[in-house]
Amino acid sequence: MLKLGVPSKGRLMEQCFDWFAARGVRLARSGSDREYAGAVDGVEGVELVLLSAGEIPRELSAGRIHLGVTGSDLIRDKLADWSTQVAELAPMGFGHADLVIAVPAAWVDVSTLDDLDAVAAAFRQAHGQRLRIATKYHRLVRDFLTWHEIADYQLVDSQGATEGTVKNLTAEAIADITSSGETLRANHLKILDDGLVHQSQATLFAARAADWTGAAAAAYQALAARLGTAPRPF
Amino acid sequence: MADKAASRAVADRLYAAFLKAGAVPVEADILQPAEVLLDLYGEDIRARAYVTQDPLRGEMMLRPDFTVPVVREHMAHGAEPARYAYRGEVFRKQEHVSERKSEYFQVGFEIFDRDNPSAADAEVFALFAGLLAPAGLRAATGDMAILMAAVRGLKTLDSRKAALLRHVWRPARFTRLLERFGGLVPPPESRQRLLEGTGMLPAPLVGLRGEAEIAARIAVIRADAAAPPISAEEVGLIEDLLNLSGPSPEALTRLRMLQHGLPAIGPAVDLMEARLEALAARGIAVAALDFEASHGRTTLEYYDGFVFSFHAADPALPPVASGGRYDALTAVLGQGRSIPAVGGVIRPGLLADLGGARC
Repeated sequence: MLKLGVPSKGRLMEQCFDWFAARGVRLARSGSDREYAGAVDGVEGVELVLLSAGEIPRELSAGRIHLGVTGSDLIRDKLADWSTQVAELAPMGFGHADLVIAVPAAWVDVSTLDDLDAVAAAFRQAHGQRLRIATKYHRLVRDFLTWHEIADYQLVDSQGATEGTVKNLTAEAIADITSSGETLRANHLKILDDGLVHQSQATLFAARAADWTGAAAAAYQALAARLGTAPRPF
Repeated sequence: MADKAASRAVADRLYAAFLKAGAVPVEADILQPAEVLLDLYGEDIRARAYVTQDPLRGEMMLRPDFTVPVVREHMAHGAEPARYAYRGEVFRKQEHVSERKSEYFQVGFEIFDRDNPSAADAEVFALFAGLLAPAGLRAATGDMAILMAAVRGLKTLDSRKAALLRHVWRPARFTRLLERFGGLVPPPESRQRLLEGTGMLPAPLVGLRGEAEIAARIAVIRADAAAPPISAEEVGLIEDLLNLSGPSPEALTRLRMLQHGLPAIGPAVDLMEARLEALAARGIAVAALDFEASHGRTTLEYYDGFVFSFHAADPALPPVASGGRYDALTAVLGQGRSIPAVGGVIRPGLLADLGGARC
């Protein structure tokens, strides 16, 4: 069987089902609304696995599912050297969100990463600690700031309500997902001009560690013909 | 690749040689407080070191090197002058698929001595060169103090010099700053808006960074905008310095020529000349010893003087040995006290791979 992992609830699941349906593959939850099992109509040999979107990168990495739908941000953040572990088969055109770096809107002297870097130095001198950036996307943000050679900052973990950390004095800046920017504005924050870390969208990935021999290969070929993806995953 | 036993055997021989050279053995804990290392190296070290959680002591790191614990040990208990030797495993997280090891031996030697830095530099280098001679490695040297002196001597604002010095180890950002301060690249549009603005805050101020800090930075930006750019001549001299490389005696001659335009590098070049004499006196063929003024700019950021490394022919391999002078680090870790220090490490595993079992 070819195992296909998709988000188990909410709008992301519905949009995912719609995307497959538009390509002649009907995904559905089987049984009651509360049961996390599913069915696939339209292609033989494909098994639907409903998972939390945040767990799909790990399942792909381990090869326990062949294909998985999740945000491109989660794959890049959770998997080291992600492109050696999964292949990007198709961007799906929904679940858009930008991972951005934001600072207080009152910081009139800060518009760019260069400004942030200069302020980090001054902040460390004034306060005796590195400037704190709250995020849950540690790898993505750290790689981005390392690439841009920013110094004297520290990442502090924030798993939710990240926009509130500045007001609560647990961080000076944040790196978080935004789609409209409304929550940022409401919390008196602004995005740096060059502070776009990653533009994320829901994406269909294939796991390099999965067993692609036999029935899985045949099922993938049939599925790929419907989806319009490459006839081989890698 | 060499197995642990082979690496350890080479490590033991090198360690014995360091002790014979007058070093006192020093031990370091494998678990190091993460905070000290993070404050020193910045957040980047998280990508390179294993971080773990201690229920009582908080975040700890598997030691990514020995320098920091050895310096801390010396600053807390050491007598002067001191020579130390150590050996053991260090741990480096690999974020990309590669052949690079995440756990390997290091054997090191450090000198803490106030009297004669050039002699101490030469002693460390000559000791390493002698031990590594059978492996036929290529040595490269540099001197961060010359570049730092050149920046300190620029005829421009202190705020610009401080920004350049802070990024001396980050080559791309250093170049960008130099181009900006030299007027070669215009400031971003947002800078102009700020200068023309009233300074009124457009939103309620949230967070720890206060209004006074914002005002202070605006004052720095205004002073910067009003000051003339660093002259094209000085920018050119710094670029010449960054690109300077060649056999040591030729490099010295060219540095003496650059000194006409950058007189501030004089004392640092004098020290380099004294070091070359001390190296020659220890039998090092300085005429063939490579000098690169930019050497050491991309390593962990604490070397601020003489730097060196020994490389195998394969450029994909990490250096077999590396080291340098880190006077400022002892001040950072010494809580007000400091002592000039120089040292280096050898990777016995790489040496064993290269057939350097004779080393």
